[in-house]
Amino acid sequence: MLAQLGEEAKLLAGGQSLIPLMKLRFANPSHLVDLNFVPGTTYIKEENGALRFGALTRHTEIEKSAIAAGVPIIHDCAAGIADVQIRNRGTIGGSLAEADPSGDWATVLLTQKTELHCLSPRGERMIPLPEFITDAYTTALDHDELVREVVVKVPEKGSGGAYLAFKRSAPVYPTASAAVQLTMEGEVCKDAAIVLGCVGLMPVRAKEAEAALRGRSIDGKALAGAMEAAHAAADPQPDMRGSAEYKRSLVAALVKRAIEVAVQRARGQRVEVSHIYA
Amino acid sequence: MPETVEKVAIQLKVNGKPHSVTVEPRMLLVQLLREELDLTGTHVGCDTTYCGACTVLMNGEAVKSCTMFALQADGAEILTVEGLEKDGQLHPIQKAFGDSYGLQCGYCTPGLMLSTLQLVTKNPEPSENDIRKAIAGNTCRCTGYQNIFKAIRQASRNMKGV
Repeated sequence: MLAQLGEEAKLLAGGQSLIPLMKLRFANPSHLVDLNFVPGTTYIKEENGALRFGALTRHTEIEKSAIAAGVPIIHDCAAGIADVQIRNRGTIGGSLAEADPSGDWATVLLTQKTELHCLSPRGERMIPLPEFITDAYTTALDHDELVREVVVKVPEKGSGGAYLAFKRSAPVYPTASAAVQLTMEGEVCKDAAIVLGCVGLMPVRAKEAEAALRGRSIDGKALAGAMEAAHAAADPQPDMRGSAEYKRSLVAALVKRAIEVAVQRARGQRVEVSHIYA
Repeated sequence: MPETVEKVAIQLKVNGKPHSVTVEPRMLLVQLLREELDLTGTHVGCDTTYCGACTVLMNGEAVKSCTMFALQADGAEILTVEGLEKDGQLHPIQKAFGDSYGLQCGYCTPGLMLSTLQLVTKNPEPSENDIRKAIAGNTCRCTGYQNIFKAIRQASRNMKGV
């Protein structure tokens, strides 16, 4: 259908970003193709060590899902997005396909092994998430292609993750956010993935911050190193949410807290976290 | 946008009453409710998906009716503030908001009451944190929220055994 309607046609998933953007005339599609009536697009399954989400699975459903709760960073994300009403409508596939640099899902799922199964008249192809998001609001999707399923590999035992986002109030996008996944072997951090949200045109993979933790025990010195590296990796725009320097400091503090929670979770402790409101 | 837009026929239930209407595809649900069905209790506050004044329940779930198209409600059951009262009796949530002084100007109140209804229907004994999370998407500029929290606690007590 998208192929017939041409390049200006757009897909409508949850609509919680696209409809506000249309009201602001930032988006002006010639046609909208509503996916909400397509059956079989909403599900959460665990299969062969991976979580599989239908593209139209709502944030609320992921928040409530016992399967998704098995990967705590995914629950952190789903439960904190915007507010109840928006979580009731907004979808994981829509959020990823929109590729808003302030969106929550991309930041979180870039710390995981995530693949998107995408469908077009030419058939299905798999795109790893790091290759899927190519720029702000831009993805590797062709104009007649859609996201069918989001597949996230379940982290190995001894791995823990956490996602923290700081918001001025519930319905707004975060000022900054940090997603951390750590794999621990005793006191030593075997592997680390750290991604920063809202501080660049795309989520920022903070490789230096990861290196500051890898192969070390997570002590004050390692934390300080990771914070410093995250501060340097962030490339935020100053706007009404804060100055660039404020956002850098904020994202470094979020990284520290997320690391601390991830370590506790890697040890098997249950820690509740959620987005922080000003 | 073309000047004439073909209208689409949809059927939906609003406050238990079935309606067959034709709508422009670009019409928002809140416009259908207010302008076609004359249910002006649902308010438009910010029109930017922020304030929650337009909150209604769609199939029991709170949604911002300014952020979905009317035709997306085809086949759905919508509940607005007008549907809360039964047989001239205020709904326990409406009574609680009045008794607890949970409103001042009242503009946000319909949305807040519907967010409250989703909360207490799914979670009859909400904690303080549950209450805060449930209405985080509803902005009130008068009350400072304390009396709204009180009203929701009262409402959950009122609703027991109803």
